[in-house]
Amino acid sequence: MQDLNTQSATYDDGVVRQFSIMATVWGVVGMLVGVIIAAQLVWPELNLGLPWTSFGRLRPLHTNAVIFAFGGCALFATSYYVVQRTCQTKLFMPKLASFTFWGWQLVILAAAVSLPLGFTQSKEYAELEWPIDLLIAVVWVSYAIVFFGTIAKRKVKHIYVANWFFGAFILTVALLHIVNSAAIPAGLMKSYSAYAGVQDAMVQWWYGHNAVGFFLTAGFLGMMYYFVPKQAERPVYSYSLSIVHFWALIFTYMWAGPHHLHYTALPDWTQSLGMVFSLVLLAPSWGGMINGMMTLSGAWHKLRTDPVLRFLIVSLSFYGMSTFEGPMMAIKTVNSLSHYTDWTVGHVHSGALGWVGLVSMGALYYMVPRLFGQKQMYSVKAIELHFWLATIGIVLYIAALWISGVMEGLMWRSINADGTLTYTFVESVKAKTPYYIIRLLGGVLYLGGMTIMLWNVIKTATSGKAAVVAIPPVAAHV
Amino acid sequence: MSDFTSNFWPMFIIIIAVGGILGCGLLLWYTSKIKVAGTGGDSTSGHVWDEDLVEMNNPLPRWWVWMFIFTIVFSLIYLALYPGAGSYAGKLGWSSTGQYEQEVATANKALEPLYAKFVAMKSEDLAKNPEARAIGERLFMNNCAQCHGSDAKGSRGFPNLTDSDWLYGGSPEKIHETIAGGRMGMMPPMAAALGTEEDVKNVANYVLSLSGSSHDAARAGLGKEKYAVCGACHGADGKGNQDIGAPNLSDKIWLHGAGEAAIIKRINEGKTNQMPAWEQKFTPAQLQVLVAYVWGLSNK
Repeated sequence: MQDLNTQSATYDDGVVRQFSIMATVWGVVGMLVGVIIAAQLVWPELNLGLPWTSFGRLRPLHTNAVIFAFGGCALFATSYYVVQRTCQTKLFMPKLASFTFWGWQLVILAAAVSLPLGFTQSKEYAELEWPIDLLIAVVWVSYAIVFFGTIAKRKVKHIYVANWFFGAFILTVALLHIVNSAAIPAGLMKSYSAYAGVQDAMVQWWYGHNAVGFFLTAGFLGMMYYFVPKQAERPVYSYSLSIVHFWALIFTYMWAGPHHLHYTALPDWTQSLGMVFSLVLLAPSWGGMINGMMTLSGAWHKLRTDPVLRFLIVSLSFYGMSTFEGPMMAIKTVNSLSHYTDWTVGHVHSGALGWVGLVSMGALYYMVPRLFGQKQMYSVKAIELHFWLATIGIVLYIAALWISGVMEGLMWRSINADGTLTYTFVESVKAKTPYYIIRLLGGVLYLGGMTIMLWNVIKTATSGKAAVVAIPPVAAHV
Repeated sequence: MSDFTSNFWPMFIIIIAVGGILGCGLLLWYTSKIKVAGTGGDSTSGHVWDEDLVEMNNPLPRWWVWMFIFTIVFSLIYLALYPGAGSYAGKLGWSSTGQYEQEVATANKALEPLYAKFVAMKSEDLAKNPEARAIGERLFMNNCAQCHGSDAKGSRGFPNLTDSDWLYGGSPEKIHETIAGGRMGMMPPMAAALGTEEDVKNVANYVLSLSGSSHDAARAGLGKEKYAVCGACHGADGKGNQDIGAPNLSDKIWLHGAGEAAIIKRINEGKTNQMPAWEQKFTPAQLQVLVAYVWGLSNK
């Protein structure tokens, strides 16, 4: 194709190293805040009677830290790593890539300061005030330029499937963020949404559900499509399956938001569309799971010895489980029981801890030794321990919240013969205490695993040194 | 249908929604036909990335295809039966409002026989009837305890219902009126009408003296004359006026705080305090039982 001599023949991995380390650090921080607020739900005294440490302010800090700091850094790291290797070229505008790192860390710091101080737009997963929103937009557009610029100068003719998903994730998140965050400033750290009433709610959940669909799903599917076949050393199972599930997934997700607003002021027709498209979404979601799992066919025995592969494959099982649970919960009849209960919180965490968390950890365990010129992580035993702590933690967490969610849903709708409610609200809160303790325990185990990972990553990085990786020659196409 | 500003939008929604669902089916059909040229033997597509990344092209799993088709067919049937395709209301004529109203009507009908024996009873008798009291207590816990407390003793800003101090009257008729229609208590800021800051302080001490609370007697004496302004609502003797919800100032019950500072604050700022109307929430018989329960709290 082009003359290989015109480029310096190594990958830009500095920014990948930075994002990888910070993903691990923010993972520990975000999960620690999660454990703290889980403890507050059991012992409200831990709010300390201070506004800055109250549940209402720490909860958005937790969600922002795990989604955008941990998840975001992992996505930046893996997408920069994968796009270079599958295009077999250096990053486009490496200085701009470096800006995305420092800009993103600044966003995270601004969130960590402004949320406890009480500055919020009060939109879930989009709490940050308008000056921070502007910074996010600038960083994100830079990210898009680097990513698509790298695709444009690729040395391989075909665009690898992982890049379709990373690309869809980057484009859509830009669109979602800019539309949903549109607001009229009323001071340096205060603004009012550009939308009113139920339309504001609909825009918010169009954003909210697609934050799940594109940030937490499409992006991580991109990760999966590179690291699963690489770690398993097997070909991707089916090209046709990747085409159909990619297009169906990105089309259908866009419609699913209204299922967050069943039985509200949202018009009935909108609720119905949200429900049916959530059901149609089941097969496209499972397409990704099948393609990942079946990639392992012929290499199943590797699961017994390779803890990194186990992270990746178990993450796919949690992905399959939560993308089955999601459409079921979107059915109006089921939703009338599950809505506003802990079941929703459990569902989110089976996706977040099980899918997003484990696939990121697996990808980081694959990349980190290669980024620091090592054969493997400093301690493979520690990976093994991390895997079991995380898996047991997830199971405790989601099982506890299934029980407490269904229980409280049933308590709320239970009615006496005289038409009064059997239980007052506070009775349902009290009944949840034991499950909140189990959930806290699950969270502590998961955090424990992440802390071991941080130690392992630091040990691997300090016992190696930044690796310079040469770009291999492009394989001839047949 | 008021959801739409013109006929264009419902059409737009039908086309992209139904078209999108059918499009998923088309995509499925089209993709199952794709043949990727193999390199002969290993059934991969022949594309190679990053040295060893290759793709096979196994056919779509059949069970998965059928699951996909099932959700597509289900969706189309659902959109024919229920609202969803723009302004088309669906064959079943279902709406969430309709479902709610029907559930309430069914529940109320089922409640009728249970409450029938209470309808003819007077509040005084209902309050003594253990069965009615038990129902009244549950109604109270579900609907009133959030503000008035589960012991009905209220808290700052929320009146105690167990004493005999009533803002709007404590007869069963008045309690009924309060619960059904709600109340909006409003005292305007009065400082300007009273005069200087000193005048406000003097009047506050006079108000304290009405209930024999600790006060500065000299200031109270000076404030007595200016109190006439307050007396228009609270009465010359400070015993209040239940017709307009003006509180009695001569007992030691202070809804918005006791002591000189709290009274000065009320004079300076006024106060608006609201209880919402509950008539829609209950059947007439339920309301009757609840009124008797609340009346019984202070009439044992």
